[in-house]
Formats: sequence, C-alpha cells, structure tokens
Amino acid sequence: MTQLVIEAGNTELQYWRDLWRYRELFYFLAWRDLLVRYKQTVVGVGWSIIRPLLTMLVLTIVFGKLGKMPSGGRPYPLLVFCGMLPWQFFSTALSESGNSLVTNSALISKVYFPRLVITVSSVITSFVDFLISSVFIVALMIWYHQAPTTKVLFLPGFVLLVFGASFGATVWISALMVQYRDFRFIVPFVVQFGLYISPVGFESAVVPQRFRLLYSLNPMVGIIDGFRWSLLGARSIIYWPGIAIAAAEVFVLIVSGIWYFRKTEQIFADVI
Amino acid sequence: MNKPVITIENLGKCYTVGQRRNGNEGLRHSIEAAMRSPLGWLKTHRQNKSRQVDFWALKDVSLEIKQGDVVGVIGRNGAGKSTLLKLLSRITVPTEGRIRIDGRIASLLEVGTGFHQELTGRENIFLNGAILGMSRAEIIRKFDEIVEFSGIEEFLDTPVKRYSSGMYVRLAFAVAAHLEPDVLIVDEVLAVGDAAFQKKCLGKMGDFAQSGRTILFVSHNMEAIRTLCQRGIWLKGGRIYRDGAADDVLEDYFNDTANELAFSFANRDHGLMIQKVILKNARGDETSQFRPGEDLIVEITYDAQKPLADPYIVVGVQGINGSCFAANMLLDGHQPQAMEGSGRLACRFKSLPLFPQSYSVKMSIRTNNGHDMILNYQDVAYFSVVGDLAEYGYKGEFVSRASRSTSVVVPYEWCLPDGTSVSVSLALPCK
Repeated sequence: MTQLVIEAGNTELQYWRDLWRYRELFYFLAWRDLLVRYKQTVVGVGWSIIRPLLTMLVLTIVFGKLGKMPSGGRPYPLLVFCGMLPWQFFSTALSESGNSLVTNSALISKVYFPRLVITVSSVITSFVDFLISSVFIVALMIWYHQAPTTKVLFLPGFVLLVFGASFGATVWISALMVQYRDFRFIVPFVVQFGLYISPVGFESAVVPQRFRLLYSLNPMVGIIDGFRWSLLGARSIIYWPGIAIAAAEVFVLIVSGIWYFRKTEQIFADVI
Repeated sequence: MNKPVITIENLGKCYTVGQRRNGNEGLRHSIEAAMRSPLGWLKTHRQNKSRQVDFWALKDVSLEIKQGDVVGVIGRNGAGKSTLLKLLSRITVPTEGRIRIDGRIASLLEVGTGFHQELTGRENIFLNGAILGMSRAEIIRKFDEIVEFSGIEEFLDTPVKRYSSGMYVRLAFAVAAHLEPDVLIVDEVLAVGDAAFQKKCLGKMGDFAQSGRTILFVSHNMEAIRTLCQRGIWLKGGRIYRDGAADDVLEDYFNDTANELAFSFANRDHGLMIQKVILKNARGDETSQFRPGEDLIVEITYDAQKPLADPYIVVGVQGINGSCFAANMLLDGHQPQAMEGSGRLACRFKSLPLFPQSYSVKMSIRTNNGHDMILNYQDVAYFSVVGDLAEYGYKGEFVSRASRSTSVVVPYEWCLPDGTSVSVSLALPCK
C-alpha cells in the first residue's frame, strides 16, 4: 500500500516519483492542446505549414531580395527555412507554453499533480508543430536538389539542444508568470526582437568575426547555425565555440529553471 | 479494519494577507527595489513582511481517520473546510504539521475539473480521467460504465460546450465516480445538478462507503451528511470545534446556526420593520425541531411606522427537494386591511406532512395588489423535522432512506388485490 506524507517542506524524491506516476498526463495534456488548437478551423493542421511558409517568404524578400544578404550560393528560401525551423519552435514554446500555468489555473487550484507536467506537455505540443513543419524542409530540399550530407547525423543533437532551450526558458517563464503577470508583456517583446537579433533571416557569417563570440551569447545563434550546417552541409562553416556556449547556456537554463520552478511550485495554488 | 488511514498532526496553514496592497508582488517593484540598493532590498523585503498580517486558515488540527470511516466536515464559510481539503489533496502545502495518508487518495473538489469546452464528451472522459489520476488502461476498462452512468450516450461525440449544464455535470460526476481510491475526498460537488441526479451521486457515494473505503465529505447539504456519514467534524475558525457522531454534531451545528440566524429586516420606503420571525410548536414553545405531524407556527413580530395597506404575505416551507407548500395571501385573499404600529402575525401550518429532513421557512411581503415588493421571498428561519418513522407505521426495508426521498407525504391509502386497504399518513401517532 502506498504511503504518503504531506508536511511543510516537500521531499524531492516524492516529487520525481509522482512525475513518473503521472507520466501519462504528459501525453494527455499535449493531446488536448493539439486537438483543441485546430478545432473549428478550416485549414486545420495546415496552419503549422502555412505560418512558417509565409514567414519564410517575407524574410526571403526582405533579407534576400531587398537586403541582398549573402547566401553562400545556396537558395535563400532554404537558408531562411533552416533558421526558421528552430526559431519557430523556440518562439511558439515561449509565447504559448509560458502562459501554460496561468491558462490552466483551474486545474492548479483544484487537483494535484506535479505542475511540471503542464509546462512540459505544452512544450511537447510546440514540438509536434516543429515536427510537422520539418516535413516541409524535406520538400524544399528536394525542390532545390539539395542532398543532405553525412553532417545530417548531427541534426538530432541540435534538435535536442533547441528542445532544451525551449524547455529551460519555458520553465522559467511559466513559473515567473504565476506571480509576475508582467511577463505576459515581456514575452511577445522578446520573441519579436529575437527574430531580428537571431540569424533567422540571414547567415551569422555576416556578423564581423571580432563580434562573433559576443553574438554567440544568444544561444539561438549556435542552435540555428547548427541546423544550417547539418542540413545544408557543403559550404557551411561551423563556429564551434558558439555551439559550446549555446549548450552550456541551455544546461544552465534547464537546471536553474527547474530549481526556480520547484521553489515556487508550492505556492502556485495560493497565488495563481 | 480499524487502522488509521489518515493521521493529521498539528496541521496549520497560514496565508499572508495584505501582500498585494503593499505592492511588492509586481515585478517592477522587485526590480526597482533591487536596483536602488542591492543590500537594502533584503532589508525592506523583511520589513514589508512584518507589516503583513498572518491569517491562519487552519491551526492546530489533529485527527485520525480510520479505514472505512465516512466523515462529514461541516462549518461556516471561512471555517477552514476548503483549506483542509486542499491540504489533504496536496493542492497546497501546510505551513506546519504533517499529514500521513495510507493508500491511494483521490479528491473531487469540483465536478469537471479539466474539462475542455471544445472537446467532445468522449475526449473529455479520457482527459478528465487522466487528470484525476486514472491510467489510460483504467479509463478504457471503465469507459462503458462511465458512459452508462452519465446517460449521455447520444452526445458522446458532441463538444461539451454544447451540453446543457445538467449533462455536463452528469458526465463529469460519472468520470469521478469511477475513480477507485482508498480514500475519497469530496467537496460541495453535489450542490449542482437536479435532485434526481444528486440522489444518484449520493447513492454512488453510499456504495463506495459500503465497500469499506474512507470518505471525507464536505457539504452544506446537512441531509446528505446525515445519511452518508457516521462521524461529523465541525470546524470553526480554523480549529476543530466538535468531533463526534454525525447526528450529534449536526444537531448542535443546526441549533447553533438557527440561533445565529435571527432574521430581521427593515424597509425604509414603506416604514416596515420585521423584528423577528420565530417558530413555535403547538404548545407555544419556541423551537427549531418538529416531529412529523406536529403543527408549525411561524410568528412574525413587526413594527409598521407608517400604516401599510393591503400587505400580501407569503410564508412557505422549502426542503432539500425544493418548495413543499406555502400559505399565500395573494391567492387566498385573506390579507389584513393594514398593518400599523407594532404587532404580531402568525401562520399555523397544521400537522406537518413532512419527512424527517431539514427545512427552511421563506417569506415575502408585497403591497399595492402585489405589485410592490417589500421583502423578497427569502429564508427567514430554519427547522428540522426529526422522528422515528417506525412510530408512524413505516416498516419498509428502505425506511432509513426516507431522509433522501421527497419531503411531503399526503395521507394515502393502498387498496391491495386481496381487497384489504391500508392507510398511511404522517399524522401524530395517538398515545
């Protein structure tokens, strides 16, 4: 028979055990969000293709045609889409999952389960969108006759990295949002700026070499570079210090995020 | 069988009140304070804390609940009932003390927690089940049973936002009713839904209790607690005020409430003051307990500073299943010509045809041919009917459930196939 002790100051072990016990809930909440997202829409799941497609067109025209940014001899739309794939994932995770605890406040104040489930499953929802739009990049590569090189084997590593970045940032923001609703205004701002200061519409090679290290402090720089390098291979040169910085930052983000989340989780139901 | 499943020791929960007013919850304040003086921030933070008022929603609560106990928790709003349930169901953590629970626990603080408006009934069964802690396999296994209990087969694939509120509640309760925990915690969930459904829910909880599992039940429905629970816990001001046999605790609680609700009312426009409304039995004693078949006298003491012409008074009795009967001057036309100065008015309901349950007395006052409302129809007094139905000739197998049946019994007569006839009534037995 299971025994449960509830007292002031929670035991860490119990929490992780519960997280495992509620593992099916990750699936159910993500499933709910996916089901709900495209209910009563005509285009349905097509939106997860149309949205990045339109953004790709705009960015190609602005940066490629008007800005005449260098593409290293590769088709500009492909270049943009490789950058957009991780960026869209990160930004939707931030703007949608960041709100996840607040939108699920009815659950939080009425039933117990590890709150981390809400945040994680909402990141998973964004990840599914990411997977769907990845299909489009395959089509795009066939269209431009770009065969992947062996470097594509590194891709899962970068996917893991962007997942980690999204997860870490989301855990922080969703927990902060419970107490400080200010983040409802901060997040859209970050997402809007991020699109321009991250190398989404252009290659990070256009940044002068001496600023490269500084530029790489934005973890999305390393991640987007990594996506381009592993997908487009051939003439891409990778800047490894940037990747290392990104990986280190993601690690710190996740660990500190979970720490903060756990620390504030106990009062979620009281302040939400 | 008598092993304690829930052990609570010195449990306390403290909320800090006034935090928001001090404005230190906003991000801007936190950052600003930290920017101004990084060291001083810690200091002011502590000062702010000392200015806040601590409010103990629950304090020094210790109890032990044994396996198979069905415990009703009662108390006024703000007495700490919900806090206790929230602590037990781990929604919030205690400030001090500890709780030990042996076995799987499930709590039902709200019907339909996690239901999503856009999803269909079928989808919501899965979602809600998972949120309440059921595994997927478990939900699939019980799916048909849940659907049958809810009685909404035809609408299984309709989004719940198109459900009537009754259907919604039925489906939600059906899912929750099929949780199979060792300990079930139930909050005021039965306040919703129609009477028939409430009965079904109570029945389900009764079955649950009979299978030797433990229930902790919070309700304002005294009858539900009376029928379901053996033990009652009365919370007052965050502490346990009384703990004992459900019937005793309920009776004390009921009298306490009846005493505290001394109804009075004043309407300046019409210069009418109702000083008190008291209930008396046939002997003229003031009481809040009546036996079936006794007379109920509702006595109203008023002071009409201005003469009030043609006051239409309605006095009614309402039970757990709704309105029972009423004396209505708008219908019978026996209104006084005027009410002037201080005086008394009474309505005597003869030989109450009521089952042992809880009731409230409602009253309204109108004037101007019933067009002007002076007092809205509302509760003015409470009473309970108590008595052993066996004395009235009731001997059915389920007589113990009379407290859940309809409230009013008009005298009736069975004419049986063998030519005999039996009459049944709640008239006071002759002694």
